[in-house]
Amino acid sequence: MSEAVTDVNTGEVVVFWVCAVLAVAGALGMVLSRKAVHSALWVALTMINLAVLYLANSAPFLGMVQVVVYTGAVMMLFLFVLMVVGVDASDSFIETIKGQRLAATLLSVGLAILLIWGLGSALSGVPAQGLDAANTADGGNVQGIAHLIFTKYLLVFELTSGLLITAAMGAMVLAHRDRWKPAPSQRDLAVARVLGDGPVGNLPNPGVYARHNAVDTPAILPDGSTSDVSVPAPVRARGDERPLDRVDIEQVHQITEGPTE
Amino acid sequence: MNPSSYIVLSAILFSIGAIGVLVRRNAIIVFMSVELMLNAANLAFVAFARMNGNLDGQVVAFFVMVVAAAEVVVGLAIIVTIFRTRRSASIDEPNLLKY
Repeated sequence: MSEAVTDVNTGEVVVFWVCAVLAVAGALGMVLSRKAVHSALWVALTMINLAVLYLANSAPFLGMVQVVVYTGAVMMLFLFVLMVVGVDASDSFIETIKGQRLAATLLSVGLAILLIWGLGSALSGVPAQGLDAANTADGGNVQGIAHLIFTKYLLVFELTSGLLITAAMGAMVLAHRDRWKPAPSQRDLAVARVLGDGPVGNLPNPGVYARHNAVDTPAILPDGSTSDVSVPAPVRARGDERPLDRVDIEQVHQITEGPTE
Repeated sequence: MNPSSYIVLSAILFSIGAIGVLVRRNAIIVFMSVELMLNAANLAFVAFARMNGNLDGQVVAFFVMVVAAAEVVVGLAIIVTIFRTRRSASIDEPNLLKY
């Protein structure tokens, strides 16, 4: 792939290799991470690197839009929904169809080989025209894109407005929930709490020790075991509950029962 | 290296996204993989625009971004609605349409 006439300088080669490696690493991290939040952060890495590659491809407008729309809006919307759905909604790694993972990987690798081979052989001798002429014709990249959008692609541009309004309406309709019964008042909540099975008062506080008193520290029950409900449920669901080492428990026993000599 | 290297990178990213769609079970991660595939296609469009020497490819990539933004909004609303009724974001759960 080196015999073709190119407008690629050394700086762009460096940028390409750094950003391409980071983008592929982000994509692989997305597929391989166990937790959905980690996947979202990996995809954000990939998208930032793609923005840099757009800039290198003399598309400054798209590079900025990529940062604003994808890493700024779309990925943060993903993170927002992940928080709504629950950060503990981690994937199950049990194969429901036997051999599906292997088959999917093989098919995708085959697709990659097919695409690279086909496109590579088709494009190997094609010289790149470069966008310098097109980017300066109307005074700049943004002006050039605006010229095309408002002349040649005007109808498509108008149609996207209909698409966006429909999407906003659809999201509102889908996310809307009708209230079947009136919202419970504070009195209703108090009555339900007294009549229910759960604790009437507050849940126990997290443990307070000489070295730890954060919310991830479970309190110790009188028999020396730890109380699960003293740690907030989201912390427990993430598996961030701090295991108590025996040193702490022995310290507690020393404090409660006095020094044993 | 010439601009067709970008096409190769785009093919690799697209295939990784396809693996994610086929393998992962969490609906949100599947959705992120779809986004990755759309981004790979965008990269190909931008590289093609440079090879062709006109800005049409960049305009198409711009429209793809608009469509992707609309798609994310509706798709995530569907995921939230399914999660509300089924308490699960796994794509193996909603099999009621089979019966």
